[in-house]
Amino acid sequence: MPTESTSVSGSGRLAVRKTYKLFIGGAFPRSESGRSYAVTSSGGDFLANAALASRKDARDAVRAARGAFGKWSAATAYNRGQILYRVAEMLEGRRAQFIDEVSLSEGGDAASTVDAAIDLWVWYAGWSDKITQVYGNANPVAGPFFNLSSPEPTGVVGLVAPQESPLLGLVATLAPIIVTGNTAVVLAAEDRPLPAITLAEVLATSDLPGGVVNLLTGRVAETAPWLASHMDVNGLDLAGVTDPALAADLEAAAADNLKRVVRPGATPVDWHADPGVGRMTPFLETKTVWHPKGV
Amino acid sequence: MAFEYAPAPESPAIVNIRPSYGLFINGEFVDPKDGERFKTVNPANEEVLAEVASAGPSDVDTAVAAARAAYDTVWRRLPGRERAKYLFRIARIIQERARELAVLESIDNGKPIRESRDVDVPLVAAHFFYYAGWADKLPYAGLGPDPRPLGVAGQVIPWNFPLLMLAWKIAPALAAGNTVVLKPAETTPLSALLFAEICQQADLPPGVVNIVTGAGDTGRLLVEHDGVDKVAFTGSTEVGRLIAKSVAGTRKRLTLELGGKAANIVFDDAPIDQAVEGIVNGIFFNQGHVCCAGSRLLVQESVAEELLDALKRRMAQLRVGDPLDKNTDVGAINSAAQLEKIRSLSEIGESEGAQRWSPPCELPERGFWFAPTIFTGVSQAHRIAREEIFGPVLSVLTFRTPAEAVEKANNTPYGLSAGIWSEKGSRILAVADRLRAGVVWANTFNKFDPTSPFGGYKESGYGREGGRHGLEAYLAH
Repeated sequence: MPTESTSVSGSGRLAVRKTYKLFIGGAFPRSESGRSYAVTSSGGDFLANAALASRKDARDAVRAARGAFGKWSAATAYNRGQILYRVAEMLEGRRAQFIDEVSLSEGGDAASTVDAAIDLWVWYAGWSDKITQVYGNANPVAGPFFNLSSPEPTGVVGLVAPQESPLLGLVATLAPIIVTGNTAVVLAAEDRPLPAITLAEVLATSDLPGGVVNLLTGRVAETAPWLASHMDVNGLDLAGVTDPALAADLEAAAADNLKRVVRPGATPVDWHADPGVGRMTPFLETKTVWHPKGV
Repeated sequence: MAFEYAPAPESPAIVNIRPSYGLFINGEFVDPKDGERFKTVNPANEEVLAEVASAGPSDVDTAVAAARAAYDTVWRRLPGRERAKYLFRIARIIQERARELAVLESIDNGKPIRESRDVDVPLVAAHFFYYAGWADKLPYAGLGPDPRPLGVAGQVIPWNFPLLMLAWKIAPALAAGNTVVLKPAETTPLSALLFAEICQQADLPPGVVNIVTGAGDTGRLLVEHDGVDKVAFTGSTEVGRLIAKSVAGTRKRLTLELGGKAANIVFDDAPIDQAVEGIVNGIFFNQGHVCCAGSRLLVQESVAEELLDALKRRMAQLRVGDPLDKNTDVGAINSAAQLEKIRSLSEIGESEGAQRWSPPCELPERGFWFAPTIFTGVSQAHRIAREEIFGPVLSVLTFRTPAEAVEKANNTPYGLSAGIWSEKGSRILAVADRLRAGVVWANTFNKFDPTSPFGGYKESGYGREGGRHGLEAYLAH
């Protein structure tokens, strides 16, 4: 990348550039299609070539997410919370690198954006062992039964990450999906995918099991329909779909196996605002268990 | 041996069924403007009960406009405590007219009077009573400090629990401050029309509740109507998918309660007699016309023979016949079309190689009837193990280990309910954790309560009805 740290330095040493790849099942493969696309800065300068994900990549990512769901959803809430907190720690350690990347991607106050992203991981980490208490409850049924409703994760969730906020928007939509035990296939911000791939490096070193988060870069209009129509995807967050006609098509395709769909919100969303629980609950199922009481 | 009983029929004289019904719009019964009329029959004897209006496009327009006007001018402005009192009033009138409602429900639906009297109608009153209490306590529902109603709810309900499904839809919607247009099922419109009278008796403001009768076309007009902010549907997964597609890209919020193929899992340490009662209740309650019916019996191999012997003995005691007879256990199939579907899938069960068994059972000559039936030797690939039959037909499969039971139980696109029979508490809790189903009954089955959320995982739909969770479907927050 043409920043000071990566260009030819005064000593004449040529910097080593990073290849930006996909993140599937805990590994960093190139697109099986062999395709890539040029990513430029907000000012129009070339930054890197990102992998242009294909249908096959999307299907591989779904398979990895499904494979990871059993263990991740069965992990203790304490364990999931620790791992999300670890993500915040890793992100904090690479704060300067993320400020550089966010600055090139979207400009603005990159430092406050990265800080907010770190703090959001901490916020969601704390939710792991509280959402059940806040969103579940005992029910006083009229009979001799112990009746308990508890939230459980929906399954594999496809996420089209917000376009305008490639790091903070991604964290604000991804963390609430995985903290409750879902696994995710993410389509990164199409024109600004680099912070997402670097975030995948953070996830890969945070004890997050491979496959819990899978990240694709490429064209939303090409890849999102494969996720929307995939019969092994259980939920779909359309946060980053900016074309209303495409959003409607994706929602209609999602109906084939009755995916839980979160429609695109108002744009721009203020990702710095208090998120509430509204991004966790759409991908939670309520299970109610009846136990008879008797001696 | 079968016990002999003298007939103990409930008198139908308590209900005054009118020869013809209009649509209930803006607080009064009106003739359909462009709709036709259709007949509703008693499925136990095929006699026509009444003529009912079929709402067309302009009827649905009028109903939605009435609901909108009531929402804007009255209902959303009414303090929660006043809405609550209307709902309490409705609950009380339902209790006062309980016997009448139960008899009417059994006549139009075919379900045994014992069930409509002891299950459906008491639950209906309880549901209104429960949500009445929420109407002035919404900020405490855990949905944020300022939950707001959505507007006009378009609601479409099935024929298996006509009045109970109406209560599940209308009570939370009104408590949250919405107004409703509800379409009852084509074959069971009468209890909803009696409910409309109850709204009149309660002096509910006109337009808060509107009832449009009709078939699937009327339902489609309602859920696709631009003036509807919220769609709630209970019915088949097939229609649920179509509705989900039709609301795609709109502002409408949607909840769906769809089909099921519940596993009822019996472990080798289960109390056999108790489990048999639960299995019978799970699949023969309401003629098996239950989306959460325990239609797949998974029994541990070591007790399969003993359990099946006991189940067959118990099934031989079931009394099939007149829904109005207080001794009747299994009533009439709701319609000729449903009877045909049950027959057809049962024949497929036989042709795919499963063994069919029914107790000796004399069925009435007129009406729609199907004897309680079990299939043994069923494999997971058989259609009767995969498809919802929605009738008194049980598919029996076996398993050896708890892991195999869980795998088979979850091997379905549905995820509405499940049952577990075991004396071991830790096993029940562990298995319940691993079942992908919205309601799990341990050592019981088909229990419902207004405080207890009901709804599915996967292709059994989304959203919950009942309990605090049931409010979420009708509030913006």
